[in-house]
Amino acid sequence: MKRATLERLQDARAHKRAVALVTDLENGSEALIDEGEAVAGALVLSAPALHGIEDAIRHDKSGRLPEPNGHLFVQVFNPPLRLVLVGAVHIAQALAPMAEIAGYDVTIIDPRRAFGSDQRFPNVTLLSDWPDDAMRALQLDHRTAVVTLTHDPKLDDPALQVALDSDAFYIGALGSTRTHAKRLERLAEAGIPDDKLSRIHGPLGLPLGGRSPAEIAIATLAQMTQVLHGAPPLEKRPPEQKAAAV
Amino acid sequence: MATDDRVTAGESASTVAPADELAAAMDWLKAGHKVARATVVSTWGSSPRPVGSQLVVDENANMVGSVSGGCIEGAVVHEAKQVMENGAPKLLEFGVSDEQAWEVGLACGGTVQVYVEKME
Repeated sequence: MKRATLERLQDARAHKRAVALVTDLENGSEALIDEGEAVAGALVLSAPALHGIEDAIRHDKSGRLPEPNGHLFVQVFNPPLRLVLVGAVHIAQALAPMAEIAGYDVTIIDPRRAFGSDQRFPNVTLLSDWPDDAMRALQLDHRTAVVTLTHDPKLDDPALQVALDSDAFYIGALGSTRTHAKRLERLAEAGIPDDKLSRIHGPLGLPLGGRSPAEIAIATLAQMTQVLHGAPPLEKRPPEQKAAAV
Repeated sequence: MATDDRVTAGESASTVAPADELAAAMDWLKAGHKVARATVVSTWGSSPRPVGSQLVVDENANMVGSVSGGCIEGAVVHEAKQVMENGAPKLLEFGVSDEQAWEVGLACGGTVQVYVEKME
């Protein structure tokens, strides 16, 4: 890779642009593609190749292009996944750094100033706006996960409503089975149809049995990962099969 | 409160998040080092790291990133040193049935192709 290409690529990544680095594996020439155009490198690409590159970016899938362009390797650099947490509570203190390690850009929304101090949350964006306003401004997309943690309907419900109107790939809400049932009742009364409500993961996270903030954070991040990759739900196996699998 | 203090420690997240390979490469280039980049370009069967995973290495074998679970990094770094000397890129293939030059294999039984190029 040429240094000029590297500089351009790092600049695009810093500005959270979705770009692809295309390398001709036969001669080492390269092109950086941004919005369908080559912005660095000497490699000239055909229209079908450019089309394939756009596809790769959209599906976040690096790889060789289909033949006859199999000698062209496309490396996709999409902006990081995003996690929006509503409620700067104890679980958020565990979940935010874990999600950061997993590659998420974390934003925490909590209008209650005492909770959302920078000291409690290094390395994350803290917003003290009302959740629905803040979330509309964030423009949630298909690479965003939303998790509400306040237990307070005044904060969680408006946030969930905005999330349900978005393409967010994961929506989770903290609360017991009973709390969640009441929440669904309130949202249904607000006119949200059942098929939309079924997008909310509640009670939050995979059933791992943990109760501490860190354990709940692990269960939540695990469920987000499962949903992101479209993995099937984990099934309880009969004991003898379980033993064989180990 | 002890738990709170541990979770909120200022260095908690920033020091444990994986380092950015390309940022490391840029730092090394700026400091005048020779740098090569290895990228997983194809995989067959089970493979430890997905397509697009990368490893950058300098002439002193400092490395950031990975192209496998550690099975082939040694061989890749060896090849990368040649690539950064003569500038010619290489396409390497590693697999459990590979009987060619590298006496390394992937314990998982998969095959990976790794493209190694000089950064300059």
